[in-house]
Amino acid sequence: MALKAYLRERFFPHLWCPGCGHGTVLNGLLQAIEKMGLSRNEIVMVSGIGCSSRITGYVDFHTLHTIHGRALAFATGVKMARPELNLIVPMGDGDALAIGGNHFIHAARRNIDITAIVMNNRIYGMTGGQFSPLSGEDVRATTAPYLTIDPGFDVVELSKAAGATFVARTTTFHIKQMADIIQQAILHEGFSVVEIFSQCPTYFGRKNKAGDAVDMIAYYKENTTPIGSKAKKENPNLIERGIFVQNEKPEYCNQYEQLVQKAMKGR
Amino acid sequence: MAKPKLEKHHINNDWCKGCGICVALCPKKVLELDDHEKVSALRPQDCICCKLCELRCPDLAIEVETKE
Ligand SMILES: Cc1ncc(C[n+]2csc(CCOP(=O)(O)OP(=O)(O)O)c2C)c(N)n1
Ligand code: SF4
Ligand code: SF4
Ligand code: SF4
Repeated sequence: MALKAYLRERFFPHLWCPGCGHGTVLNGLLQAIEKMGLSRNEIVMVSGIGCSSRITGYVDFHTLHTIHGRALAFATGVKMARPELNLIVPMGDGDALAIGGNHFIHAARRNIDITAIVMNNRIYGMTGGQFSPLSGEDVRATTAPYLTIDPGFDVVELSKAAGATFVARTTTFHIKQMADIIQQAILHEGFSVVEIFSQCPTYFGRKNKAGDAVDMIAYYKENTTPIGSKAKKENPNLIERGIFVQNEKPEYCNQYEQLVQKAMKGR
Repeated sequence: MAKPKLEKHHINNDWCKGCGICVALCPKKVLELDDHEKVSALRPQDCICCKLCELRCPDLAIEVETKE
């Protein structure tokens, strides 16, 4: 398998549960990177803490496994120091938007050239099934035995409002779309957000009687639709997937470089 | 471009966790789980080489080798 060139095979089989969507995100991400022909040395992957964040352990790029919620802050530092490298930051929903929410909106606001991937399983997997800001209402979790009352964030709307210049959503069912979107997100110059619905059969699935991994993937197929589809008009409850935003704005490291040049003038 | 033809399904038994995703989502029902909860290609003659099993496997445990 060509993708194996990017793996640290000595750590396989990986630690994720049977049917965990995070493995499919790893698969799709490597498909994108292989298609782009990137070398292992051109990529820096930075993650925080969570089941999702373990992804950095499995890929043979430059990798940093940092602290919960802070991956984007570390990645910002790396990117500022080495702007020629491709920064990829996979995060869990809690990692990205609970504890890491502040870093997330400010990275988006600066439009720094980083690819943020939100592996959204709507739950804290690693710590045993607590609800997250992406769980949404009426979800059962360890911390919500009588169901959640908190509305969830919409990652797409949040990212747009914060200033991200590439915003997309897909699922582990839509694997070809996933690889294609990740490729475009990496190529995009600016802050890119890719939200990927990724099943956690062990906690979200069990607690919410959502069935096994296969049932959860089927749910993504049945409850999502391409942006602006006819199906969406007929059934507004369907969740749209595809690329929502793709525009050009000054990128942070470029702006910083220009500032340095200006300050150095005549010296 | 000629249609790719199946050479072989390579299954990594050490990595496969028997989640059944490839089995359920194969459009031609080529795959099954065996008694040990590992996948095997029971009906390779029906395989259309779409590679969806390989692309979706969360454990990178199945590869579809094809020839032109
Ligand atoms: C500062 C800090 N607070 C809390 C934790 C405990 N903790 C570890 S992972 C995690 C959340 C995991 O959920 P998520 O980010 O959604 O990722 P998943 O495991 O679901 O992939 C928490 C709260 C921690 N490691 N560090
Ligand atoms: S607990 Fe959930 S998120 Fe964590 S590895 Fe298991 S299935 Fe995946
Ligand atoms: S999808 Fe992968 S891990 Fe799951 S049963 Fe198939 S080969 Fe095994
Ligand atoms: S390549 Fe396609 S048809 Fe063949 S086993 Fe895999 S999913 Fe089924």
